Amino acid sequence: MEQNEKEPLLSAKNIKLLRNPLGQDNPITVQVLGICSALAVTVKMKPAIVMTISVMVVLAVSNVVIAALREKIPGRIRIIVQLVVIATMVIIVDQFLKAFAFDVSKQLSVFVGLIITNCILMGRLEAFAMANKPWPSFLDGLGNAGGYGLILIIVSFFREFLGSGSIMGFPVMEKLGVYNFGYEDNGMMILPPMALITVGLIIWVQRSRNKSLIETK
Amino acid sequence: MKDFSNKYIMVFSVVMVVSVAILLSLTALLLQPRQEKNVEVEKKMNILSSMNVTSAKADAEKLYDKYIKESYVINTEGTVIEGVDAFTVSLRAEQKKPLAEQYLPVFIAVADQGDTLHILPVEGKGLWGPIWGYVALKPDLETIAGVTFDHKGETPGLGAEINTTGFESQFLGKTLYDNGSFVSVQVVKGGADKADPHKVDAISGGTITSKGLEAMMHDCLVKYDKYFKEERR
Repeated sequence: MEQNEKEPLLSAKNIKLLRNPLGQDNPITVQVLGICSALAVTVKMKPAIVMTISVMVVLAVSNVVIAALREKIPGRIRIIVQLVVIATMVIIVDQFLKAFAFDVSKQLSVFVGLIITNCILMGRLEAFAMANKPWPSFLDGLGNAGGYGLILIIVSFFREFLGSGSIMGFPVMEKLGVYNFGYEDNGMMILPPMALITVGLIIWVQRSRNKSLIETK
Repeated sequence: MKDFSNKYIMVFSVVMVVSVAILLSLTALLLQPRQEKNVEVEKKMNILSSMNVTSAKADAEKLYDKYIKESYVINTEGTVIEGVDAFTVSLRAEQKKPLAEQYLPVFIAVADQGDTLHILPVEGKGLWGPIWGYVALKPDLETIAGVTFDHKGETPGLGAEINTTGFESQFLGKTLYDNGSFVSVQVVKGGADKADPHKVDAISGGTITSKGLEAMMHDCLVKYDKYFKEERR
């Protein structure tokens, strides 16, 4: 990779790295990666946000580490090296959550550990960080984790709002008094299948607005 | 990507593994006191919540010291064992010992109305992992004044419902004894008669967790049988 040393930190190319994964190159809705955890942690908004931050930290730092070492990593064991870096970061994040955000870490339980198996992480390390400098890799990590988190937060917003009648734990529906008119929370929104359907709806909306995402036959 | 010699790969892996190991041990070591504190505070919150005292992380310790007057460990014969801190006893470890050697923790609390409550820990198996809780008994040592349950990883929306107030509040006022013999509380499917003093409603879709909870209540509390009878006299 021959890059101009004087390239500004936030050049048009770098901003694209940050912005594309949020929309037209979103890891969940376009690449359909990392779905498993998207289903599991989106019942309430708070765990979804903590999960987003965790993935951001893990992916951005792992990307930088791998990008910094990319010339030194032997090709034959590169996948193992990537896994070791991700696993280390995940354990550190998990330990921090247990120490500083105990209740949330209990809710997320195994899913923090399962960040290791999140396809987005391995994908970014192998496809991007192995071939790019640390700074673009850092942005790429933030962007992709952000795109993942954005969907997580949208899905969890609808699931919590419709399923539990609250936003960020604040009982909106109760305050509005709609229960008095016979409104009831939709318990189905809490169940995992509805996360899949919500993600599906988001994909539908995105594709109807951005025709270039539709595969030609 | 360059081709590296085997020697380089070996050295690279060793350096990587050693540095990761050092990094992780340091993190674990530095954060351990905080994590243990969290677990301790949570346990105190659970004990308090079984006697219907709501506490937050910040005031749990203060409230615990205020309400919990005494704690000790007994054996199945009901004799108090000196020199063991009830708070640090792990029921999971105790349950692996022979029955006669098991330590049974008892927490004595004084409620706002002046009643002396006995709070007893329970621990058992759910569908996916351990479930546990605390049972607060009124001074007659058979009527339940409150319970709190928790679980490691029961199914959300199904078995995990055992730690909701809706489920826990059913236990209020249920009794463990029927005409002087220990019967515990049954968790029944398909709706329990509210007036029945020994039955609560199971969780629909959470049968195995419900059954595990029923077994947990019976198996853990029956060990206190002799102690209860002794104390009541």
